[in-house]
Amino acid sequence: MFLDILILILLAGAALWTVMCRSLLRSAIGLALTSALLTLMIFKMNAPLAAVFELSVCAGLIPVLFISVISLTQAMTKQEVIKHMKSRLARFWGLPLVIIILGILLGLVSARFRAKLPLSEVEVDPRLVLWHLRQLDLLGQIIILFTGVFGVVVLFKERKKSG
Amino acid sequence: MVSGIFAVLLFAIGIYCILATHNLIRVLIGIEILIKGVTLLVIAAGLKSGNLALAQALVITIIVIEVVIMTVAVGVVLGVHRHTGSLDARNIRKLKG
Amino acid sequence: MCASLILIPFISVLVLNLPIRGIKRLAFGLAVFLFLLQMAAVLIPDPAFWKINHSFCANIFNFELGADILSKVVLFCIAMVSSVTLFSAPAFIKNSDEKFNFINILLIAVCGMNAVAMARDIFSLYVFLEIVAVSSFILIAFNRDMPGLEGAFKYIVLSGVATVLMIAGIALLVLIAGSTNFSLVHYMLITQNKSLIAGLAVGLFIVALFIKSGLMPFHGWLPDVYTSAPAPASVLLAGIITKVAGVYALVRIMVSMLGFSVSIQSILLFAGAVSVILGALAALTQSDFKRMLSYSSISQVGYIILGLGSGSVLGIAGAAFHIFNHAAFKSLLFINSAAVESRLGSRDIDKMGGLAKQMPLTSLTSVIGSLSCAGIPPLAGFWSKLMIIIALWLVGFKSYAVIAVIGSVLTLAYFLVLQRKVFFGKPSDEFKDIQEAGFSLSLPAIALAILIVVVGVLSPWLLKGFILGFVPVLGG
Repeated sequence: MFLDILILILLAGAALWTVMCRSLLRSAIGLALTSALLTLMIFKMNAPLAAVFELSVCAGLIPVLFISVISLTQAMTKQEVIKHMKSRLARFWGLPLVIIILGILLGLVSARFRAKLPLSEVEVDPRLVLWHLRQLDLLGQIIILFTGVFGVVVLFKERKKSG
Repeated sequence: MVSGIFAVLLFAIGIYCILATHNLIRVLIGIEILIKGVTLLVIAAGLKSGNLALAQALVITIIVIEVVIMTVAVGVVLGVHRHTGSLDARNIRKLKG
Repeated sequence: MCASLILIPFISVLVLNLPIRGIKRLAFGLAVFLFLLQMAAVLIPDPAFWKINHSFCANIFNFELGADILSKVVLFCIAMVSSVTLFSAPAFIKNSDEKFNFINILLIAVCGMNAVAMARDIFSLYVFLEIVAVSSFILIAFNRDMPGLEGAFKYIVLSGVATVLMIAGIALLVLIAGSTNFSLVHYMLITQNKSLIAGLAVGLFIVALFIKSGLMPFHGWLPDVYTSAPAPASVLLAGIITKVAGVYALVRIMVSMLGFSVSIQSILLFAGAVSVILGALAALTQSDFKRMLSYSSISQVGYIILGLGSGSVLGIAGAAFHIFNHAAFKSLLFINSAAVESRLGSRDIDKMGGLAKQMPLTSLTSVIGSLSCAGIPPLAGFWSKLMIIIALWLVGFKSYAVIAVIGSVLTLAYFLVLQRKVFFGKPSDEFKDIQEAGFSLSLPAIALAILIVVVGVLSPWLLKGFILGFVPVLGG
């Protein structure tokens, strides 16, 4: 339990760092770190299959996607960066405070709140659930991947006229 | 229960990021953090109610959808950059009203 | 049968993209054929037809789908608006490769919307909502011009936040009910005591779908997105996508899964009434053709939510009928705006005037669309508004019924302003040699106008059966 809470605190910290740090590149790396910590947490919660997906896709693929965009579009000069830093600080300094206060408040509220839940003990294999009970979702996954392909075809194509 | 609290905290961080930032990529990162929070929530709900298999199946689908949305979103951001030469979200906000 | 409405459009997309020479030229015809087929299939009343499950499919697939009368209304609207969009596309998309891509994305969007209309599982509903959302992002940004990209990005952010809220709601339902199936969750919610978590889940769903359907106070993105999208895409978006992804999903979730309670009804009624009035008032002040129609859309969605909020069979039937009417007249009006835009190259209604002489067909059809939207008898829009108002009155929400009537008067007011500025009044010299819009834009407009008139005239004979069809929707 103590380890769980430690991981969760680290997770929230990583998310905070992702949002607050100055450089976009570090933000993307922070996102990967957040995902990795989330993977650890999901694994600790006894859901290894989802953890693998989270690790490979969210901690791997998506930050790479962001980093490639950042490297394609980086165009700030040094003065701009310094100016930008100051305005960022003004906008973001309140966030850690808000998060800490919110966390304490929620902790206090939840301590007084006990939900009674119906517990079903049957433990089944998630692969079976996915392939037998949630076939419609699988079809949806296939269709959305195709939609993504068309999105790439339409959006990433270079414009012929203006370039 | 504890995971639920941290999921809410991740929500708060993500929403704050979307509202306060001036950079399109950071808006997307904010959405990513929201999705991280909700992933945690789904797994925690599954663990708590004894439906972990269902929860894992849902999370796998969510992750696949997330990747496709981010790919399309990145395509749109690159398009905006091609037009304006920057990633400043304030170019977008002028459409409001 | 239900499954084939999802599988057939998807398989045709796959077939169209096979590397066979000349197959791309078939795309347009195939899509038209599919949409007509869908409209015809929906009109088959035989319940056995909808339960057909081919042994081939049954062996491989195990889809949880269902089609009651509410789903069928939406399925018909999907096919109708999509075919209209398809016909209007060639006027704006000249390049044949781009046209082919457009048709493919349209087919995928239809496939997703069909699945949303028939889904009986909250998580599957979410998955297909995302398919619809992603395809509409692509359609909005289709021309890759700056306004389209901006609108698409806005839509991505808002829709992202909305779906995250929705998954959070699903997580809470998994927590208390242990399932995502509509009927199972409904059963668990009835049998369990009202818990805090259930209330929280309901709230999350309502906020998420209010954002998706663009109701006040979450309407900020909607006019921008409709205005910035390319003309065929905005017909599709305004006519059906936001209606299926937001309004229909909300109606379905309320009716089949969450059930009604006094507090939920009062939230729905309040948001609906605010949208009706403020949307209409905002529409009065606009000078951009499409933007005025967008605010009108917010106002009309308010009516649908008012019908839902009444919680009665008559109200839900009125809401479904209004979804159909809105799909018909709003896509008609967006087609008209596209026709005007394609000829004039501008959407500023202050600069227009006297177009009735140069564009008689566009003018006539837009009058029919506007009057139907304002609820003038005997056009179709009158009957759905009447049903919603009577339902509100009968249930006892008399003040909301009065607000709905006032909203109707305001609707008439802004459409009179629109008609006077665009089609009547003094012709401006700038647009002297304007001609009627091409065949591809007038044909769908005429078809929709005829449909509105015919449905309106036939309504008195058809409505009783239509309303009675909704009894099992609410009962089961």
